[in-house]
Amino acid sequence: MTPLRSDYALEVINLKKAFGGLTVTHDISLAIKPGERRLIIGPNGAGKTTLFNQISGDLRPNAGAIRLFGTDVTFFTPYKRAHFGLSRTYQIITLFSGDTLEHNVTLGLLGLRPSRWQMWRPLSHYSDIATDARRTLDAVGLLHLAEHPVSDIAYGEKRRVELAMALAQKPRVLLLDEPLAGLSNTERSQVKSLIASIPRQTTVIMIEHDMDTALDLAETVTLLNYGRVIVDGERDAVIADERTREVYLGA
Amino acid sequence: MQFWIIQGLNSLSLGGLLFLLSSGFSLIFGLMRLANLTHGAFFMLGTYFGATAMRSFGGLNIWVTALGAGIAVAAIGGLFERLVLTRLKANPLGQVLVTLGMSFIISDACLLLWGGDSIPVPTPRNLQSPTRVLGFVFPTYRLVLVGCAIAAAIMLYFLLERTRLGAMIRAGVDDPQMARAVGIPVSNLFTIVFCLGTGIAGAGGVLGGPILSAYPGLDADMLPLALIVVILGGIGSLLGAFIGSFVIGFIYTFGTALFPELAYIILFLPMIFVIAFRPQGLFGRVGA
Amino acid sequence: MKWIAAAPLAALLLVLPFFAGDFYVNLASQILIAAIFALSLNLLVGYGGMTSLGHASYLGVAAYISALLTSRYGFGHVPAALISIAGTTAMAAFFGVIALRATGLGFLMITLALSQVLWGLAYRMSGVTNGDNGIAGLTRPMPFGLSLDSAAAFYWFALIVAAFAFLMMAIFVSSSFGSSLKGVRDQPRRMAALGFNPWMIRWITFIYAGFWGGVSGLLYVYYNKYIHPTSLSTTSSAEALLGVIAGGSGTLGGPVVGAALVLLLKNYASAYIERWNMLLGVVFLFIVLVMPTGIVPGLGRLATAFRRGSR
Repeated sequence: MTPLRSDYALEVINLKKAFGGLTVTHDISLAIKPGERRLIIGPNGAGKTTLFNQISGDLRPNAGAIRLFGTDVTFFTPYKRAHFGLSRTYQIITLFSGDTLEHNVTLGLLGLRPSRWQMWRPLSHYSDIATDARRTLDAVGLLHLAEHPVSDIAYGEKRRVELAMALAQKPRVLLLDEPLAGLSNTERSQVKSLIASIPRQTTVIMIEHDMDTALDLAETVTLLNYGRVIVDGERDAVIADERTREVYLGA
Repeated sequence: MQFWIIQGLNSLSLGGLLFLLSSGFSLIFGLMRLANLTHGAFFMLGTYFGATAMRSFGGLNIWVTALGAGIAVAAIGGLFERLVLTRLKANPLGQVLVTLGMSFIISDACLLLWGGDSIPVPTPRNLQSPTRVLGFVFPTYRLVLVGCAIAAAIMLYFLLERTRLGAMIRAGVDDPQMARAVGIPVSNLFTIVFCLGTGIAGAGGVLGGPILSAYPGLDADMLPLALIVVILGGIGSLLGAFIGSFVIGFIYTFGTALFPELAYIILFLPMIFVIAFRPQGLFGRVGA
Repeated sequence: MKWIAAAPLAALLLVLPFFAGDFYVNLASQILIAAIFALSLNLLVGYGGMTSLGHASYLGVAAYISALLTSRYGFGHVPAALISIAGTTAMAAFFGVIALRATGLGFLMITLALSQVLWGLAYRMSGVTNGDNGIAGLTRPMPFGLSLDSAAAFYWFALIVAAFAFLMMAIFVSSSFGSSLKGVRDQPRRMAALGFNPWMIRWITFIYAGFWGGVSGLLYVYYNKYIHPTSLSTTSSAEALLGVIAGGSGTLGGPVVGAALVLLLKNYASAYIERWNMLLGVVFLFIVLVMPTGIVPGLGRLATAFRRGSR
């Protein structure tokens, strides 16, 4: 039975990506419902980040399609997808390290607004954006660092800024690429509670290669290995599945 | 008919010269990711060396001169690479700027040493008599130039594809980090390739002397041609540099002969075409 | 903006012709023209992260169009200036589409190649451009009927234009567009993911930089009353680039300081050293190896260190 197209927030259909002779994603298909919390796991080299890069538009797939809320976005540029409600964070911190936290979040807010094209008014005059930015920083508990340059703050705080920027745009689909990597225990619980508090209007898809850390945030899990979907379904079912244990113990 | 044949031969010899000029440029860009803006100046330096050598030592063998100039220019290039370029590994923009600065230094030095007048270079005596082929008369030297380019291409091909050094160079072009990881001395390789590239340009300068003459501004005339050849043929591709050189040789020669005022625009058009529709050039890799 | 420090400087600039001789006033005019040119290039290099070696194209083309329209076709200065700027800006739009097919070194090479083509055309099409002889005997405009032939009059004219240019660029870099430009310079992938269109932002900046380059070209041809293909040469582009980098590309003040320094060096050095180009090359090497971020940031760091040290 072919489900209705608008049933899914994100659909990935037979996605294939090869670099020269090396195929990194083979025929991957996913269907993620609105509001879902999906965790994508798999050992290093399984193709998780390549998958994300194709969903966000940084890479063009060799074959297959990507649909956001029923619309085919396979050939959309990354910025067009952002306007369509897609947002993501990166494995490597890609913040503007010389700028203040407030400026970073401000840029995040500016991306979808028409005022980003204004060449005659100073950015500082947009008080509504400034208020929004400070509110966003407050929501992640970083308002006290608003005037600090990003280069001065701790790694865990940078991760929270990234998350803040991604959430500030109130995305419909949020891709989190290893959001918990490299964090201390305290930092990790802070970021996890942030992720847990994301409203249901945002569908959250997370990559983690360490299965245990993010499991409690997930409702459904997809296990990738060697660029293919091995297991896909409700969290508990996937954990219990034979093949999951094989992939992680065999790895 | 004579016109077309003469221009055709001129195109071939210019193409050959361009290959001697741009093969080094393409190699350096391919391996070191460096747009060597000094390249035209190194070529010109070779031409000036050749001019002096051939005029003062009365009929010095052109091959010996080319070899000597090539080595001299390679030495200067090597010094520059070791003393200046290696210090700027983390600053690719800086590298380009210093090659620009170096080109100014060399071109003004040439002006200082050889003055502002154009110095014609005599064609070697044993190649002066024309060749007769199919009832047509060709200047022998121009034919020889094409032969030189082909010989150089074959030698470079052999070096890159059949020797260990060549394999290391190709590895360095494909993936410098990986090459380092497997123990290839990438930094020394850079120096070798820079010397090789500039040396070929220097030798090419000598060989080009009888046709171009040594004059101030030769570097500014040659550098954009090298750029266009490499943009057309693809960065780091020897085949691309070879084919691109002859394509540009033809376009430039016929363009200048038929529409002298618009020669640069005629050169411009294939470049725009290539950049618009195939930015990696005819044979280059995507993302070079 | 340190407006308090700027006020005495502004006053000094205004009254310069009253206490300095014609030679220095003319030198100051040249510095103002070079400053606008460097500032326009800096929009690309410093704020946009796009290093161009072909910026002289815009100065030269604007100058040539104005020269040809006024001397050969009898246009008045105002229509000639308007057509010149419009033409230069359109050319910038066209060149931008080509050059922005690449970034980094590819972009640099394309801008270099394009400007070399223009330079070659200026030399070769001697029927139009007078080739190596250049176009001489040009006149300066007469805004509101006032003559600009005296050193002081031209200086004040250039000062007004320069002040306006500086102000417009200051507004530009602090605007939301300016912030998005800096963002694209620093993290283009991130900016695209946030919804910004990196290509469009770069292209608009390229055109704006070409526009101001053209403005400096008009002032250049008015000042010199003469135009020659050398103004389109790579050396000309390189001098501007050196000024931007030596002064400090991340700031508005840097290019002005740098352009002034390069001009002063050129004027005084060429009195003693015949080979200015060689000196330019050596200075390039020196700056890049020793002071890569430029003089103004370097001084800024010294000032901060001084302030911290004296606490």
